[in-house]
Amino acid sequence: MTLLAPTRAGHPPPAPPAARSGRRRLLPYLLLLPGAAWLLIFFGVPLVQLAAASLYDPSGSLSTGYAMTWAVGNYPDVLQAYWPQFLRSFGYAGLALVLALLLGYPLAYAIAQKAGRWKNLLLVCVVAPMFTSFLVRTLAWKTILSDNGALVGLLRDVHLLAPDGRLLATPFAVVLGLTYNFLPFLVLPLYASLERLDPRLLEAATDLYASPVQAFRRVTLPLSMPGLVAGTLLFFIPASGDYINAELLGTPNEYMIGNVIDSAFLVRLDYPQGAALSFLLMAAILAVVFGYLRRAGTEEVL
Amino acid sequence: MRLSRWLADRWVMIVALLVLGYLALPILVVAALSFNRPSSRLSYDFNEFTLDNWRQPCATSDMCDAVVRSVQIGFLATVVATVLGTLMAFALVRHRFRGRSGINVLIFLPMATPELVMGTSLLALFVSAGVPQGFWTIVIAHVMFCVSFVVVTVKARLAGMDRRLEEAAMDLYANEWQTFRRITLPLVLPGIVAAALLAFSLSFDDFIITNFNAGTTVTFPMYVWGAAQRGIPPQVNVIGTAMFAVALLLVGLSSLRGRRARRANLLVGPAHPARRSS
Repeated sequence: MTLLAPTRAGHPPPAPPAARSGRRRLLPYLLLLPGAAWLLIFFGVPLVQLAAASLYDPSGSLSTGYAMTWAVGNYPDVLQAYWPQFLRSFGYAGLALVLALLLGYPLAYAIAQKAGRWKNLLLVCVVAPMFTSFLVRTLAWKTILSDNGALVGLLRDVHLLAPDGRLLATPFAVVLGLTYNFLPFLVLPLYASLERLDPRLLEAATDLYASPVQAFRRVTLPLSMPGLVAGTLLFFIPASGDYINAELLGTPNEYMIGNVIDSAFLVRLDYPQGAALSFLLMAAILAVVFGYLRRAGTEEVL
Repeated sequence: MRLSRWLADRWVMIVALLVLGYLALPILVVAALSFNRPSSRLSYDFNEFTLDNWRQPCATSDMCDAVVRSVQIGFLATVVATVLGTLMAFALVRHRFRGRSGINVLIFLPMATPELVMGTSLLALFVSAGVPQGFWTIVIAHVMFCVSFVVVTVKARLAGMDRRLEEAAMDLYANEWQTFRRITLPLVLPGIVAAALLAFSLSFDDFIITNFNAGTTVTFPMYVWGAAQRGIPPQVNVIGTAMFAVALLLVGLSSLRGRRARRANLLVGPAHPARRSS
């Protein structure tokens, strides 16, 4: 079991026989093989299968079988039928992202720079929501936003909400749910970046007559960029593909592209259409991701 | 100037605490609802205090079956994903080889792909290959999306490790296996344990990918999803609260252990890693 690489210069390793050095060269591949094979077979191949399914003849069905007809027309068809849900997905996810940045940046900054000995405790509080089930948490928002709940009652009393106004089953509830569910994914990488920020840099900026806003814009923000980019991606990718919040907290009027894909595969059993929609979602998200990565570098995000 | 700076500091902290309150609110609601006797099956409002849900968490027996199944799937997926991911992390950190960037992309992509796309594409594969969906297709899917997270977690721990400790062991006539067993493994173990816990929680809580690949098998999140349409039994909140408590306990214990180790270091100097492993 030679998991160690050859020792560095200064510690000449015992002259390895030729057969052994061959094994050494093979070793990384042996270590990688099971995991890489699993990912290739159950992640790579299915994507190809999905791409193929998106080009099946749309008139086929699960029982009669599908014919591969390179039906490229599936793509314009689904875009035409479901562009509102597409736009809504990215609109809601974008809105939730803005909200999450407004909430998450001060939180990450406070934990990284101001919390002192409470740092670890506050970090636990950030990940604590993930200790319980995603669905159970989202259902809890149903209780909080309920028409009979304290929150709606309060908002009605102070006339922020019309007497018959509601929070549940509105776009507001869906965006709130998205923000809530994915906020920790934004905060954690941001915290990691901000934790490395040397407070003396801020002092230096202030000594050089920078206002707090200038110091933030010219020092804190650029230095937290890697965490900001990683966090933004980790937030935006699951949020734009989510359909649980729209289903549980919204109505069909708030349905996102995920809801359409879910029903295409599991209710309508229209595989070509579902596959084409999945692929479009993936393409749209990858375009965003690689746009970002070009600026940040892969290793930084990993 | 100093006053406004002080105010600015507090302002950030106050906002942070409010945001933490926003994050904590649903958990408090789940805990409260676990003591609730709902007025009707479809009601989500707090009605009346009761201990019944905690006394009989398995009153709806299919829910407990689903929890047990989720634990089984989570356990299997965690073991496989942790082994595969740890091996890959060792290869990536400890070896130079051709094709590294390709492997990095292969590991990164599942984390950058929406779950929905992974779920539907696996479904497309299983259907076209004629594989019946159920318990084992869920395990396969869970291993697939957990592996990348294991690699990243173990890799971080390995990369931050002091290689000189291993070199010292070799200088002291430990062979490679001894060095691995007594030095490397104990030092990486916290990373592997963290990765395994992460994998288990990802698997246990996964809904989207599972939903597409479960056939008629019901895991806990799938049970909750189904129940959300028919009316949720309050025992779901008991499970949610219990899960939260167990996770919190684990975190508390590990931080306590870390603190004790640090205190011991202060008193007697850093423990020798080899001694700690024996």
